[in-house]
Amino acid sequence: MLGRLTWAAIPFNEPLPLLSAAVVAIIIGSVLALVTIKGWVPYLWREWVTSVDHKRIGVMYFALGLVMLLRGFADAFMMRTQQAIAVGDATGYLPPAHYDQIFSAHGSIMIFFVAMPLVIGLMNFVVPLQLGVRDVAFPTLNSISFWLTATGALLINLSLVIGVFARTGWMGYPPLSELPFSPDVGVDYYLWSLQISGIGTLLTGVNFVTTILKLRAPGMTYFRMPVFCWTALSASLLIVAAFPILTATFMMLLLDRYLGMHFFTNDAGGNQMMYVNLFWAWGHPEVYILVLPAFGAFSEVVATFSGKGLFSYRSMVLATLGICVLSFMVWLHHFFTMGAGADVNAFFGIMSSIIAVPTGVKVFNWLFTMYRGRVVFKTPMLFAVGFMITFVIGGMTGVLLAVPPVDFVLHNSVFLVAHFHNVIIGGVVYGALAGYNYWFPKAFGFTLDERLGKASFWCWLIGFYLAFTPLYVLGLMGMTRRLQRIPEPSWQPLLLVAEAGAIVIFCGILCQIAQLYVSIRARQRRLDLTGDPWDGRTLEWATSSPPPPYNFAVLPRVETIDAFWSMKRRGLRPVEPAHEPIEMPRNSPVGFIIAFFATITGFALIWHIWWMVIIGLLASVVTLMVFGWSDPREREISAAEIAEIERARLSVRQPA
Amino acid sequence: MRYRALPVLLFGAPTLCSCTQGVLDPKGPVAAAEKLLLINATAITLVVVVPVILATLAFAWWYRSSNPSASRSADESYEGRLEFVLWSIPALIVILLGGVIWIGSHQLDPRAPIAAKADPLRVDVVALDWKWLFIYPAERIATVNQLVIPVGAPVQFRLTSATVMNSFFIPQLGSQIYTMGGMTTHLNLRADQPGEYPGFSANFSGDGFSGMRFIAKAVPAGDFSVWVEQVRGAGSALDESEYADLAKPSSDAPPTTYRSVVPNLFERIVAQTVSGSQTPGAGEVWRRPVRQAGG
Repeated sequence: MLGRLTWAAIPFNEPLPLLSAAVVAIIIGSVLALVTIKGWVPYLWREWVTSVDHKRIGVMYFALGLVMLLRGFADAFMMRTQQAIAVGDATGYLPPAHYDQIFSAHGSIMIFFVAMPLVIGLMNFVVPLQLGVRDVAFPTLNSISFWLTATGALLINLSLVIGVFARTGWMGYPPLSELPFSPDVGVDYYLWSLQISGIGTLLTGVNFVTTILKLRAPGMTYFRMPVFCWTALSASLLIVAAFPILTATFMMLLLDRYLGMHFFTNDAGGNQMMYVNLFWAWGHPEVYILVLPAFGAFSEVVATFSGKGLFSYRSMVLATLGICVLSFMVWLHHFFTMGAGADVNAFFGIMSSIIAVPTGVKVFNWLFTMYRGRVVFKTPMLFAVGFMITFVIGGMTGVLLAVPPVDFVLHNSVFLVAHFHNVIIGGVVYGALAGYNYWFPKAFGFTLDERLGKASFWCWLIGFYLAFTPLYVLGLMGMTRRLQRIPEPSWQPLLLVAEAGAIVIFCGILCQIAQLYVSIRARQRRLDLTGDPWDGRTLEWATSSPPPPYNFAVLPRVETIDAFWSMKRRGLRPVEPAHEPIEMPRNSPVGFIIAFFATITGFALIWHIWWMVIIGLLASVVTLMVFGWSDPREREISAAEIAEIERARLSVRQPA
Repeated sequence: MRYRALPVLLFGAPTLCSCTQGVLDPKGPVAAAEKLLLINATAITLVVVVPVILATLAFAWWYRSSNPSASRSADESYEGRLEFVLWSIPALIVILLGGVIWIGSHQLDPRAPIAAKADPLRVDVVALDWKWLFIYPAERIATVNQLVIPVGAPVQFRLTSATVMNSFFIPQLGSQIYTMGGMTTHLNLRADQPGEYPGFSANFSGDGFSGMRFIAKAVPAGDFSVWVEQVRGAGSALDESEYADLAKPSSDAPPTTYRSVVPNLFERIVAQTVSGSQTPGAGEVWRRPVRQAGG
């Protein structure tokens, strides 16, 4: 009846996961109770859960990413602690079976449920505003994307209490992830949660490619689009091209596991290296899916806080597209040590180092944007400068690893771990936090506390260097990754420094939480009535903060790059008094309902509860069909209503 | 006087690292060449990285909004020639580095035999859960978690896995390489100084992974033949049933030697026709040709 699910799946004998799960359950339970008691449920349902507004969905994505960051960080901290104390004969506090789950969960969560939601959250919130339009191309699809991502996050966290998570590393290489070596549900949790969220991500990619190619304000030609939109377009193209590879690869592994096929098994003609190739054919573009929008955010931040247009927009766009194309030609550098010939290795080594050219050009462009500018060090700009320095170092170690013989001695070492944390923290996380501080006032109408923002920046910066410089050194000393016990006592001092770095990063996270809390409490004093707190350059600053549901009462007419900047220089034109009625998509619970059934389906697939799989799948399809035949899907906001909103907006706004 | 400590710090830090058995303390030609390549590539990239970091700090500081003496220009003009230069700098570096990559990849190809006066030694390596089996085909002996090689002789490794993927790595001797079930990879290394060098798996392979370590012991040629004789005179024989026992998962296995080995054990492990492999009997059903990784 319940497939593989029995009481044995609950880890009653392991206090650590049960305890943490209990804490999480209490937190979630009390939040739900508070929401219910305060009577916020109808509001949340109406304004957030069923919302198809790209701004709301963007905020929910970002919030999901921040919450999951706490989970991913907790994993990281447990790993660092284990490595700091399990030295020599000591075994530490985490047995291998537990430790191996933790690093697998850390990687999977940080990539799929922290970095991706943060980046996609920014794209959702910013792109339609910057393009000067009212929503994305497929608003309801957008809601489905978000809720499917949330489903994946929910399933991966469920493994904490019910069953186990994968013990294969976040890449899930076979044959270790095949049934003979991983017979439990861990790998199935990994595969199904990523499959389900992967569908959401693919739909996001389709949505944003369409939005950027087809929906732009009048006059917004491709070469007048803000750089963030270019990076979002590139990332979306990469999603559309790369995520199907991951889905197909995982599906083959699932067929191996569920139907006894032999795509990647040791025997019967299976080829494990096919998985590795396919995984990285997705995996390398994935790196750029994450980092390109971060580059875009930095481009906006550096230009705004230097009071100057981005240096060489043309080069920036070209470099972005170059990276987009090149990212598909370098996947083999993740496994130079598989024993391919010298020609193959040399080709992929050279291709990998070529990516340094457009990336280097981008760094130079940010640098020359500051040149002769008026640099204002608000929190986002601090993150941008911290990024430029940190990312250049990460890029350098990346180029070193692109030299195949150097990779032969550093592959899979903690030097590699330090390298990719250097680019992902220094690039993606700093980028997301810069974007968060930069666009928060647009989303909520009040600014974030600067003092705590800067404190969080310094903690993230110092914490990063403390945590990862020791790993570079340890990698050179021959320390490989994923060790549950440290064989060499002389490594301990450096591991303790890394542990201290993790604590400093945690202080940074605490500062952010405090920053949010303090700013919300003081929101009445921190109100931004202008809609343009940073003297911005792009169209999102042309509307009020937070923007009305329709973003722009009258679509702006774009004549240059940095459209809003040039409008301001020519003097803001008075808003035309005659408003047309606007058609906006109706809110829809379809995303939430589909995700609800997807969660059931995923859970049932993991535990082999076949009747539940069938019910879940059927219900999802029926939900989608009901939505498909429902009419009407748009509501009209009348001209009078718009006029009223606009009057209210203009009355609080300072005279231009 | 104040800066006397500086050179000590600058040059002392790497020296400190290098006495700790890592990549920076090579004991053979492959590792030495790879260390040199690492240093060269670092130097080449630092040519851009250091100025960029300094310029970032300098620009950010000088053009801060509170600096009254900075000259500003708010217009978005940019210089086409400067743009050209900005593309050229990383491009030139990468062209140089591309040459280094091409030459380095060919010179340090793991398959490339190492020239030496001494006769080469052949060692077949099998990754097991979670220990290393070393078969000396010419000497017809085998060891577990203990690799003994003569100093100065090139060692020709053939590697495979009887279980999941692992990576065979002795940092002080150089290149690592994957070991994969049903496939053979090749690696050539040489130790130039006697000593004991830690080796391990560098690719996560399951719960016993942390205990999958061994010692590579480089001994003078004379001592090596003495050692071979010692091994032949003691211990058990590695036959089918002994191998089936050995292949059972265990971690932190103590170094063991076998006085003899059944013929073609390595080939049969690759072809998965030996009992004790993780999917017993599979080899009989589907016997496929031995593949070489990477063609």
